[in-house]
Amino acid sequence: MSIPEISRRGLMQSTAVLAGAAVLPRWGFAQDAMQGGRLVVAADSEPRNLNPAIVASNGVFYIASKIIEPLAEASFDGPDGLAPRLATSWQGSDDGLSVTFKLREGVTWHDGKPFTSADVAFSAMEVWKSLQNIGRTVLANLETVDTPDELTAVFKFSEPTPLQLIRNALPVVSSVLPRHLYEGTDIAENPANNEPVGTGPFVFAEHRPGEYYRLTRNEAYWGDGEPKLDELIFRVLPDRAGAAAALEAGEIQLAAFSQVPLSDLERISANSELEVVTKGYEALTYQLIVEINHRNEVLKNLKVRQAIAHAIDKTFVVDTVFLGYAAEATGPVPKNAPEFYEPDVTQYPFDVEKAKALLDEAGYPAKDGGARFSIRLLPAPFFSETRAMGDYLKQALAVIGVEAELVSNDAPGHLNAVYKDHDFDLSIGAAVFRGDPAISTTNLVQSGIPDGTFFSNQGGYANPEIDKIIAEALVTVDTQKRIELYDEFQKRVTADLPLINVADWGFTSVVSVDVLNVGNNPRWVVSGWADTEIAA
Amino acid sequence: MHRAWRLTKRRLVASIPVLAIVILGTFLLMELAPGDAVDAYLVSLGGGDAGLAETLRQSYGLDQSAISRLWLYVSSLARLDLGWSIVFNRPILDVVLERLPNTLWLMGAATALAFTLGSLLGIIAGARPGSAVDRVLSIGSLTLYAVPGFWLGLVLILVFSVQLRWLPTSGIETIASGKTGIARVLDIARHLVLPVASLGFIYLALFLRMMRAGMGEVWRQDFVLAAKAKGLSRRRIVIHHVARNALLPLVTMLGLQAATMLGGSVVIESVFAIPGFGRLAQEAVAGRDAPLLMAIIIVSAVLVILVNLLVDIAYAWLDPRVGGSEAAGR
Repeated sequence: MSIPEISRRGLMQSTAVLAGAAVLPRWGFAQDAMQGGRLVVAADSEPRNLNPAIVASNGVFYIASKIIEPLAEASFDGPDGLAPRLATSWQGSDDGLSVTFKLREGVTWHDGKPFTSADVAFSAMEVWKSLQNIGRTVLANLETVDTPDELTAVFKFSEPTPLQLIRNALPVVSSVLPRHLYEGTDIAENPANNEPVGTGPFVFAEHRPGEYYRLTRNEAYWGDGEPKLDELIFRVLPDRAGAAAALEAGEIQLAAFSQVPLSDLERISANSELEVVTKGYEALTYQLIVEINHRNEVLKNLKVRQAIAHAIDKTFVVDTVFLGYAAEATGPVPKNAPEFYEPDVTQYPFDVEKAKALLDEAGYPAKDGGARFSIRLLPAPFFSETRAMGDYLKQALAVIGVEAELVSNDAPGHLNAVYKDHDFDLSIGAAVFRGDPAISTTNLVQSGIPDGTFFSNQGGYANPEIDKIIAEALVTVDTQKRIELYDEFQKRVTADLPLINVADWGFTSVVSVDVLNVGNNPRWVVSGWADTEIAA
Repeated sequence: MHRAWRLTKRRLVASIPVLAIVILGTFLLMELAPGDAVDAYLVSLGGGDAGLAETLRQSYGLDQSAISRLWLYVSSLARLDLGWSIVFNRPILDVVLERLPNTLWLMGAATALAFTLGSLLGIIAGARPGSAVDRVLSIGSLTLYAVPGFWLGLVLILVFSVQLRWLPTSGIETIASGKTGIARVLDIARHLVLPVASLGFIYLALFLRMMRAGMGEVWRQDFVLAAKAKGLSRRRIVIHHVARNALLPLVTMLGLQAATMLGGSVVIESVFAIPGFGRLAQEAVAGRDAPLLMAIIIVSAVLVILVNLLVDIAYAWLDPRVGGSEAAGR
C-alpha cells in the first residue's frame, strides 16, 4: 500500500490549520464575545427557490440552513458523525424496514405554531421523497411515515434500507417544512419557498433582489442562549474580485465557497484582520474527475484508460491548479470520508514512459510528427479549477502523443453535451461526495441510468459486477458488511477505471478574525450558525 | 414643436420592424444555444433525475415546440404582457422595473460626466492643437479608452475603498440602513461615485477626441479667418466660434453612445454589485431565461430608440439646416 504523497503546500496548509486551531480556543473559552451584533457575509448567487427541502444544494443551504433545520446535522465528534437538531435520537429496526425518530420537545415554527411529528411525516412523504433532487433517490423505498405521538416519527420502507445510509443522508435530505403552510398547496410554487418559515436560529426578514437577504434573530429558538447574533446579512456580490475588496474594506466579514479566488489568498492572508479557514467543508468534498466516454472504441480499451491515468501528475494538479488547497485522490471515495475510505486500491503513479508503453501495447503506436489518436476534451465550466484542469490535461496528453481538442461550453451547454447528447470523449467534471457512496457516488459508474441525468454515468460504462455490488450495498442493513461492499467497490473501480479521480478538494472561507466559532462542524458553511458570534 | 412631433411619429413607426427583428433574433439565438432553462436550473441544484427535469419542463412550458412558444410569447407581448421570468420566478415586468432605474442613474450620470468633462477637455486640447497640453490630454484620454472597464473599476475600488476607505466598494446603497429622503439620496450618490467614474472615464476619451478633431476642422474655416481679421481675442474665437460649431457632432455621438453604454454597464454592474439591467441580462443568459432576455432587449431597444429620438429633436432644434428636411417630410 502506498500512502498518497502530501504536497508541501498541502502540508503547510494543514499546519496552518493546526496553528489556527491552537489560536482558535476562541471558541473554547468564548473570549469576550459581544452579545448580538450583525454579521455580513458574501453570497455569489440568489437561488430561484430558497427551499432546502426541495432543492438540497449548497447554494440554497448556505442561506436557508439558518432558517430551516434538518433532523440532524453533521458533527466532528458526535455519535455516528451527527449532532441532533430536530430529532434527538434515531433507531433502526433489525430487518431494515423501519427507522424511528424521537423529536425535540418545545420547538415552535417562526410563526408561533408548534413543531410536531406531523410536520416530519408531511415533509418526508410529500417533499423529500417526491420533489427533492437527492431525496427522490435516497428515500425511493419509503412507503409511509407513522406518527404514533406528536414527538415520534416512524419511517417505513418497502425494501431493507441501511440505517447507515439514512443517517449519512440526514443533514442533506431532512430539512423539515411547516405542514400548516404547505399542505393542500402547490408545494413547488408555494410563496414560502422564497420567504421560508422554519424552526432555525434565524428568521427570514427580507430579500432585496440583487442586493441582500436579511435574517434576524429567532427569539424563541430552542438552543440555550442561541443564536448569538442579532442579524445575519447575505450580501449579493457576483464579482469574485469585488468580494475580496469588500472583505479588505471591512464591509463584509466572511466570504465562503472559495469566493475569494485561490490566487488572492496569499495577499489576503497578509492582512492581520482576515484569516483563511479551510475547516467547515469536510462533509462537502468535491471531486475532480476525468469522465470517460466508453462509447469511443479507443477509450473502451482499459490500457488506454490506464495510460491516461499514468499521464496525469496529480501532485502538479494539486500544487498548481489548486495552489495546494486540495488532496490527491486515490479512488472514488475521498479521504475525508474515513468511514468508507479504502486506501488499498490500484494506484496510477505519474509515469510518462509507462503510459507510452501502455498505448503501444494497446495498438496505438507513436507516429512520426502525428498523434497516436485524437479526442475531444470538455472541461466543465463550473469552477476555474475544472477549466484549468482541462488546459493541463490537454498538455499532459500531448506528452504521451495523444491530441486533445478542448471544447468549451457554458454550464447548460456542457451538461447537454456530456450528460444528454454524449457528445464528448473526455470531460473534466466535478462530483460531490455527500457523506455516503450511495447518495451521489455510485451513480457515476452504475449502468442503466436514463439519458439526461446530470452528474451520473453517461459515459456508457457497464460492468455487471460493479452494478451487483452497488445494488447489494443499497439493501445491506449490516453496517460492517456494507462498508466491506464499498471497499470492494473502490477496488474494482480503480482497477477498471470507468472514470479517473484526480483530486479531492474542499473550499476555503476568508473570515474576519472577529468572527468566532467558524468551521466547527464538517458542514459548517451550510449549517445553522446558532453559535456563531462576533468578538467585542 | 410641430416639426418634432412629426419626427417622433416617423421614428416610432420605423422602430416597429426594428423591434420585430430584435425579438425574433433573440429568440433564435436562445434556441440555438445548447441547453434550456431547466438545464441551467439543474446545474444550480447539483443534478437531479430525468423525471425531475421532465416535470420542471412541463411546469415552465418548455416541453412545447419552439414555434408554439414563440407564438405564445408574441401574442402575450401584443397584450403588453412581458410574461413570467423562469430564473426569478416572478413577473418580468416587476423584475425589469426594479432594475431599470439603477442602470438609468448609472448611465445618465456616466454620460453626463463623459460628455461635459470630455467636451471641456476637448476644447482645451483643441484650442491650441499640437501644444503640450493637447498632447498630454490626448495621450491620457487614449490610455483611459484602452483600459478595460472592469480593471479600471477594480483599481478605483482598491485605491478609494480598500486603501483610503473613502467610498463603499460596491452596492447601490447601505444595507438595511433605514435611511430615507435626502440622506438616502446622498447614500446612493456616494455608492455611485466609483461606478460612474469607471464607466464615464472610458467614454470621456471619445468625446474629447471628437471635440478636438471637430475644432481642428473649424479652425480652417473662413469665418474663423474673418474673426481673426476682426481682431477678436483668441479666447473669444475659441469659445464662440470654434467650439460652438464643433459641438454639434457630439450630440449625435451622445445618441450612439447610449447603446454602447448599456453594454458597458454589464461589466461595471457586476464589479460593483449594482442590481441593474446589464447584470440582469447576464443572469438571463446564464439561466437560459428567453422571455426575460427578450424583455431586456426590447426595453433596451426602446431606450436606445428614445434616446436617439431625443437627440434628433435636439439636433433639429440646434441646427435648422439638418433637421429641416426630415421633419418637413420631404
